[in-house]
Amino acid sequence: MINYIIRRLLYVIPVLIGVNVLTFILFFVVNSPDDMARMQLGDKHVTQASIDNWKQQRGYDLPLLWNEESAGLSKASNTIFFTKSVGLFVFDLGISDNGRDIASDIGQRMWPSLAIAIPSLIIGVLVNITFSLLLIFYRGSFLEFAGVFFCIALMSISGLFYIIVGQLFVGKMLSLTPISGYVPGLDAIKFIILPVLIGVVSGLGSGVRWYRSLFLEESAKDYVRTAKAKGLSDLQVLFKHVLKNAMIPILTGIVVILPLLFMGSLITESFFGIPGLGSYTIDAITSQDFAIVRSMVFLGSFLYIIGLLLTDISYTLVDPRVRLD
Amino acid sequence: MLKNLTGIFFFTFLIVATGCSDSVLNNPYASGEGSSNVIYSSFSERPKHLDPAKAYSSNEYAIIAQIYEPLFQYHYLIRPYQLEPLSAKSMPEIKYFDKDDNPLGADATVSDIAYSEYWLTISDGIQFQPHPSFNLELHKELPTDIDAEQLYQLPSTTRVLTSDDFIYQIKRLADPATQSPIAGLMANYIIGLSDFSKRQSALIKQFPSLRKTQRLQSDTIAGVRKINGQQFVIKIKGKYPQFVNWLAMPFFAPMPWEADEFYSNPILKAKNITLDWFPVGTGPYYLTENNPNRRIVLAKNPHYHPAFYPKEGSIHAQKIGLLKDAGKQLPLTDNVIFSLEKESIPYWNKFLQGYYDASGISSDSFDQAVNFSSSGSAGLTDNMLERNIGLQTAVTTSSYYLGFNMLDKVVGGNSEANKKLRQAISIAVDYEEYISIFQNGRGVTAQSIIPPGIFGHLEGEKGVNPMVYEWRDGLKRRSIEKAKELLKEAGYENGVDSTTGQPLVLYFDTMDSGPDSKARLNWLRKQFKKLNIKLVIRGTDYNRFQEKMRNGNAQMFMWGWNADYPDPENFMFLLYGKNAKAVHGGENASNYQNPTFDTLFEQMSTMENSPERQEIIDEMIKISREDAPWLWGFHPKAFSLYHSWYKNAYPNLMANNKTKYLKIDSDLRKKYQEKWNQPVVWPLIVLLIIVLILLVPAYLMFKRIERSTAL
Repeated sequence: MINYIIRRLLYVIPVLIGVNVLTFILFFVVNSPDDMARMQLGDKHVTQASIDNWKQQRGYDLPLLWNEESAGLSKASNTIFFTKSVGLFVFDLGISDNGRDIASDIGQRMWPSLAIAIPSLIIGVLVNITFSLLLIFYRGSFLEFAGVFFCIALMSISGLFYIIVGQLFVGKMLSLTPISGYVPGLDAIKFIILPVLIGVVSGLGSGVRWYRSLFLEESAKDYVRTAKAKGLSDLQVLFKHVLKNAMIPILTGIVVILPLLFMGSLITESFFGIPGLGSYTIDAITSQDFAIVRSMVFLGSFLYIIGLLLTDISYTLVDPRVRLD
Repeated sequence: MLKNLTGIFFFTFLIVATGCSDSVLNNPYASGEGSSNVIYSSFSERPKHLDPAKAYSSNEYAIIAQIYEPLFQYHYLIRPYQLEPLSAKSMPEIKYFDKDDNPLGADATVSDIAYSEYWLTISDGIQFQPHPSFNLELHKELPTDIDAEQLYQLPSTTRVLTSDDFIYQIKRLADPATQSPIAGLMANYIIGLSDFSKRQSALIKQFPSLRKTQRLQSDTIAGVRKINGQQFVIKIKGKYPQFVNWLAMPFFAPMPWEADEFYSNPILKAKNITLDWFPVGTGPYYLTENNPNRRIVLAKNPHYHPAFYPKEGSIHAQKIGLLKDAGKQLPLTDNVIFSLEKESIPYWNKFLQGYYDASGISSDSFDQAVNFSSSGSAGLTDNMLERNIGLQTAVTTSSYYLGFNMLDKVVGGNSEANKKLRQAISIAVDYEEYISIFQNGRGVTAQSIIPPGIFGHLEGEKGVNPMVYEWRDGLKRRSIEKAKELLKEAGYENGVDSTTGQPLVLYFDTMDSGPDSKARLNWLRKQFKKLNIKLVIRGTDYNRFQEKMRNGNAQMFMWGWNADYPDPENFMFLLYGKNAKAVHGGENASNYQNPTFDTLFEQMSTMENSPERQEIIDEMIKISREDAPWLWGFHPKAFSLYHSWYKNAYPNLMANNKTKYLKIDSDLRKKYQEKWNQPVVWPLIVLLIIVLILLVPAYLMFKRIERSTAL
């Protein structure tokens, strides 16, 4: 397995180079360094000299990919692409075009994102699994029909609607939680109850239906019939045997997103005033801050690959038949 | 069932436990904050800069104008807007010189004046806020584990403001490393600023490791000289009366060199603790917490110099009781908390709960807050009146217009035919309808380039644009028949080009091409359709739009301008030929050039407000109305709501440092917050009962399944 992990980690390098090239091309097809400077300097009274000065100070006065004026290897290295990319591979995220240290910003903003994402994920998975197993338990009854109907109804409603109604109902009409806001530490609990609750409820429909389909497939297998024939109760069969055997697809879904949890949720954080990373990339795209865009895309890709690797490793833990060679 | 009950109990416990320290559960602030003398405000996006040399937008000024104090300020209550000393002892003494530097009298003609000197004297004994940067020992060594929260726990001290601090800030404006947005503009006026900038640039290249403070202090600007610790002089080219308005902006607020030096420490830079985020000023407040992703907190500056609430104001201000606090020491509140509130819906709901003291009105909540009487005047709805919420309205000193590119062959140029085409379109595009549909009635149609509140604007019949309106017991838009007539005279009868026989097609360039702007663009098409003109929308992104404007490739576009200062020059220059965007890279986006207008502009821009200046402005307005390079559009009207505990609010569109005048009745606020936010638990009990009822059949079915045979 060690060999497999090393091999997979080595694959990361070309993938990240590819992602970096693609990000670079896509960004600079839309924005020129002059556009970036104008965006940062504002609309009023900006002169070409200020723009040139801005570019020179941030290294955007170099050619994009190939420097004809340089000699030898410098033709490739004395370019915007090289100078802005090389640091990423040693996780030096650098300074944003707005002058802020990106690593420090991420370090500060990831915790509020995690404060929402982790409880939402854990509670959401537990609730979804429990509900879906209950639907299987009541299979063929009106309760299952009502449950599936309820799930489809929940799925049909926009996520934004849950947030607005949740804030209006729980925060404003019932006055039970703050409508939005955040404070660090333990006091954060009263601020995260509502977004977590809304996160769980809004994901309930699709989550339960997905888990239900997994469990349905599993419960049709022979060992279930054998277990029932041996006299185990339906609850025992579902929670002890079906659940355990359906863990592989469940883990696939969960482990792959674990590393990405800290990236936050744009809409939830925006509406609840959570100072997380949810809007970090979008804000950077809007303000044409290439330094942040490339860092976040790079980090996102890296974490996604790590997530996939962790998923593979987790297979071996839940299914002894799986071997990583 | 037991599990479910436990869950509900736990949830209820959590809510009570986390909220038990407060009398209400939904208070978004820390315990105890609600009872203190604090203003609750918000910001919708994090400010880009808090460095006064860089900041240039209203959301940045809302914060830094409370921290930094320039030499002058706009009087809070007097109208028309009037400058008064702030950190200056008096208004500047202005001396004029000819090209050989010989002094001239105050009555010298503009053509004789080659230079002006502004003699500026600062008040005695002004001190900076407490800050660790004044503790010079910390420049040598800082704790390596310091973070933003610990910054103000470092041993802090202060020092007295001197003229050097103003001079240092002017050098910062010129420093290429600062990248001030007005560096280029000021280089056109302040003597030696451009040369200083070039020398600094050379120093940066030659000695990259040279400390910034050392670099700036090693050189001088020819036009800025120190007389003594309390007085300095700025020498500018020619006569530029508006320069004093620039001196009232945060760009010219004093900056201690110690702050620049302190923040240059790499330990602080790595933690994003920079001068751009942690200001050091002499203003009524200082920044104590800056998390631009969550909140920004200001506290009263313990070293703030004696400053008092004004004793005089406009008749209106007196009438509404705004002089009750006259003579009181400023600021009137201890803290200001700005919370990040990106979305308008939660912001509005929190305002209604009493957790924000004042609010604008978004389109979503407009109908909840405001209704219009039959006479068209705005009033509050019963729901707002029940809560004792107040409303203030003010026409902003801004213009939003539809511009023609005067370099364009079809709509531009000075030919009589093209002029008539523009005049016809000016009549057809019904801005009254636009304001009603898209602005919720919040705006007034513009009659010229100058908005109300700025010298040169005329009210009533005198101010009517006769090309588009007529005065018949009020303002009446000219009929569409008149527009069609003009169109026919322009050679496009019924929207058909008489020379080619082809239908007239015009192009509108915009960056608003998303679904949100669809209704607005459809409305615009409809307006042109009245004249049988086909309007093609050319939607593009921000960068391409700006590029088109710079290159003069757009045909028609919408744009706006907010006043930098209350002088007609700040609007008229948008039509000055030498500012044509495509030709000279200036702010004249429609590339309008009229030699008579330009001559009058040059004359008007250096004059003091007087009947003679008004006459020139009237003439300029007449010329521009006839040439019609813009559809003058509208001036937006700002609507603000405020709670009954929020005192002394008064619309002042020029002053940014208004917070120091505001007063909060925190007991009243607490009383209302408790009244409006009592927890309602019965719906939870009902929900619990419903769940229990649903569990009964589930339990029965569970027992039935358990009793049934396995296979």
